[in-house]
Amino acid sequence: MVAVVEVSELTCQRDGRELFGALGFELNAGECLEVRGANGSGKSTLLRCVAGLFTDYAGTIETASSLYLGHRLGLNLLLTAEQNLMWYRGLRGSADSISEVLSRVGMGGYARVSCQNMSAGQQRRIGLARVLIGQCPLWLLDEPLTALDATGQELVASLIQEHLQGSGAVLCATHQDLQVPGARTLQLGV
Amino acid sequence: MADSAQPRSVVGLFGTQLRREIQTTARSMEEAVNPLIFLFLAITLFALSVGGGVEDLRARASGIIWVLVLLANMLSLESLFRRDYDDGTLEQMLLLAQPVFVPILAKIVAQWCLSGLAMTLLAPLAALILYLPTNELPVLLLSLLLGTPALSLFGAVGAALTVGLRRGGVLLGLLILPLYVPVLIFGVGAVSEHMAGVSINAQIYWLLAITMLALTVAPFAVQAALRISVEQ
Repeated sequence: MVAVVEVSELTCQRDGRELFGALGFELNAGECLEVRGANGSGKSTLLRCVAGLFTDYAGTIETASSLYLGHRLGLNLLLTAEQNLMWYRGLRGSADSISEVLSRVGMGGYARVSCQNMSAGQQRRIGLARVLIGQCPLWLLDEPLTALDATGQELVASLIQEHLQGSGAVLCATHQDLQVPGARTLQLGV
Repeated sequence: MADSAQPRSVVGLFGTQLRREIQTTARSMEEAVNPLIFLFLAITLFALSVGGGVEDLRARASGIIWVLVLLANMLSLESLFRRDYDDGTLEQMLLLAQPVFVPILAKIVAQWCLSGLAMTLLAPLAALILYLPTNELPVLLLSLLLGTPALSLFGAVGAALTVGLRRGGVLLGLLILPLYVPVLIFGVGAVSEHMAGVSINAQIYWLLAITMLALTVAPFAVQAALRISVEQ
């Protein structure tokens, strides 16, 4: 088993309040960990710590290269789906086909549609499309089911399972059940 | 699973970001044009309000143009990282781009083309409104061409520091206007020395040196400032 993420003794404070103290977990290739907890229990902060977007913590985090999908989707709404994804492809230096990635998230016909003309759920799907670009071992998903319809939620589950089968790993903050078999749960704020 | 992303070439990364800037600008032209309109409105106001006739205006023309270029540049800097910060692409850029300063530099270059370079190209018109003698025009253009990149580069540091604040506009001015002072002094100095018939080599060299310093330091300072802003 290869550890994709190793977190030990992680302590994080925000605005003088301890979010989590001496948190430790390990995530191996092929595993999915659901991070659960009430609003404000530090789920998003934990993900941002692992992603490297929040560094004000004590403890150690060792991680493989990761893709982070947060509340802010990382889509420029002025641009089309294709233009947004082309930019990601350029940053990642990968050669994945944009139209293939779009059809995998069920947005095949929307390559040339400006993101501001899409519904919140459709924008989510485009956001999901970008985690498929460039095969990253670790996915950090912050509430990926938000704004998605039933088929969208199944889509997230199937994409995660595919990723796990390809010996990737997923760390996911969520309030709803992901419907991924074998997923472990990490409860925050208890 | 191995990370299958290829080693990214610096040129490819720069081109990727520049293409995105062009696409975004094409869809929000008004944001790019507004500072230029401000520049011309303000120059017209000066032409209307400075008393003492043509001679007075002529003597002050280069100073007026330079100060207004500074202010107009500041207006366009405020939005440099704003949209990317709000929609989350900024944090993605910081996470995924390696090295990060390359797309940052591409953003600044794009901003300069739409502000400093565009203002330099429009400066002859401004000079006409303010009765600047035509034989001073090449010096004004040269000083703007060499000085405005430093404005964009230093200004980007301020923009990066204030992007996380809701109302960072005034603070941005307080942060970067002091950094603009040397550029202003040597830019205006070049024109007035030339008018007085003195060699302008010193001023031009200084402008070049300041721009080179800004080019060397600013991208890394912007990178550090953006990381701080994203953490909030």
